[in-house]
Amino acid sequence: MASILAVAGIAIKLQSKDRGMFLPGQTSSGHYQIELACDSCHVPFQGAISDSCMKCHQTDLAEGEDSHPKSKFTDPRNAERIARLDATSCVTCHVEHRPEITGTMGVTLPADVCFYCHSDIARERPSHQNMAFDSCASAGCHNFHDNRALYTDFLLKHQSEPEVLSVALVTRRPRRTSATPVDASRRDDPHGTVADPRLVEEWASTAHAQSGVNCSACHVVASGSANKAWTDHPGYQSCETCHKSESQGFSGGRHGMRLAAGLGPMSPSLARLPMNSSAKERTLDCGSCHSPHTFDTRRAAADGCLDCHADRHSLAYKDSPHFALWRAESEGRAPDGSGVGCATCHLPRVTGETGGSSAVRVDHNQNANLRPNEKMIRSVCLNCHGLGFSIDALADPVLIETNFRGRPARHIESIDMALRKAAANPRSK
Amino acid sequence: MKVTLMKTPAHGIRAIAFAALVCAIATGLAACGKGESAASSGITPKMMADSLHAVMESDRVIYTKQVVNRLQQENVIRANEHWKDAKALPLPAQMFRMGSEMVSEKTKDFNYALLSLWAVNKQNMPKTDVEKAGLEAVVAKQEPYYSEETLGGKKYFTAVYPDVAVAEACINCHNDHEDSPRHDFKMGETMGGVVVRIPMI
Repeated sequence: MASILAVAGIAIKLQSKDRGMFLPGQTSSGHYQIELACDSCHVPFQGAISDSCMKCHQTDLAEGEDSHPKSKFTDPRNAERIARLDATSCVTCHVEHRPEITGTMGVTLPADVCFYCHSDIARERPSHQNMAFDSCASAGCHNFHDNRALYTDFLLKHQSEPEVLSVALVTRRPRRTSATPVDASRRDDPHGTVADPRLVEEWASTAHAQSGVNCSACHVVASGSANKAWTDHPGYQSCETCHKSESQGFSGGRHGMRLAAGLGPMSPSLARLPMNSSAKERTLDCGSCHSPHTFDTRRAAADGCLDCHADRHSLAYKDSPHFALWRAESEGRAPDGSGVGCATCHLPRVTGETGGSSAVRVDHNQNANLRPNEKMIRSVCLNCHGLGFSIDALADPVLIETNFRGRPARHIESIDMALRKAAANPRSK
Repeated sequence: MKVTLMKTPAHGIRAIAFAALVCAIATGLAACGKGESAASSGITPKMMADSLHAVMESDRVIYTKQVVNRLQQENVIRANEHWKDAKALPLPAQMFRMGSEMVSEKTKDFNYALLSLWAVNKQNMPKTDVEKAGLEAVVAKQEPYYSEETLGGKKYFTAVYPDVAVAEACINCHNDHEDSPRHDFKMGETMGGVVVRIPMI
């Protein structure tokens, strides 16, 4: 009877929102927000399976031209390797709830794991003789998955670039094609709904009004099975109607992953990073950064972030050369696209390279290019900086903490090694 | 003993697999292995491998000759190892490998790879004894090599087919590549081999 009661109790508990008591250990920084949505990763009686990982990470891996896709390891000729290290499964390298062995990027294997398959690398690459295997992925040279900014020909192509390019501008974001503009006199809110004329005035000055997006486009929404009706506070689903790509990015990053998992919205009070105490009770959806009715993207791209984020990197931003450029652009003293806000790096403007679309859009997954941070090189750094400087800067944790005020204290030899190899080989391009 | 069933959606391959299963059940693998026609006694692993390779080889030759070589000669577009960055065509070997990787995501019932004794990427050098013997044999005789091998505790029928330089693009790329261990390939020469594996249960 006691057993039955215990099982019943557990079952009731599992069905409740409070599943924290079943967590076997602290969840990694990438997943802790959704740790109570157990079925995001776990399948009953199967544990955590790679298919669950791929639901969220597949697109990212494909866009990153994964250097070690599962398909490379399912070949029977690699059976011997798989017996030593089953690289066909994500959870071989990324075990959750094991903080005592979890390293950067959620890797739970020793840092010299490359040795399993590349122990003879020095025979192919004599320059790698005597290099420690725990330095492959920690020295700014190689990544297990995404090596798009680190391969030899890419290094050679960008070998002689200066620290700052002569034209240092981010890609311009074209305004969406306009439908028929609407103005305040033709707004379609139900009579008397909008009590505050300031809201109407704000909306009328936005790209929304200029593109014919009237009040009802956002405020008249369906709720569950109910018919569409006016709501004063539309959620992110309303924005998603037109901004699918942005919503997908938001849902894939740490700002929106809780909502995507069916949990409540993320809040600074739940964050592991330092946050401003005044922002603790805020919650995150589109309107948190894009103030409703003004949708000021410039504010969302810098000051909006600093409303909440209070880590050292964020706090150092306003003393950084990047902010000086941002302010100069804001004050009209520098050309469009020359300033560097938080979003310039963390929500970059991307083209077809990411997302399969040739249109320029803002990637709203602010975590997509963070780990390993070399992922940021192509989509962000190379707009303004040379490759060598970018690799060095991203390999210097102190420089990152000071928000790039100063110069890199480290030098990564990737380009030097590529040049030496090319010089030694007459067939090199 | 029987060969495994195919799960690929390709109707032709499914038909081959079905015939192979019928063969295995009705006559046993030994009887199937003597080269009888499909109509009389089903399809052997050898016939299945040969058929798969016939498709692979044909597509590969056509892509190499009619797409890469032709468009390069007409100065329309180049093929490049870093084809995405270079906004170029994938090299024929990359095209082949991408297909192989996609197939491996769809089925475990067969597998294929492009290997060479002189591979640019050293991961594509022969690894198993059968691969070594097979590649040496196809280079020496320019005809297929068949064997069986056990990998990871599973038995495979393994066929190795000569991969011949059919276009200037093949030999130019390999002869000029800094990571190539050989720089004197000639047209018509066997540069490597296509390895097709079919699990046997």
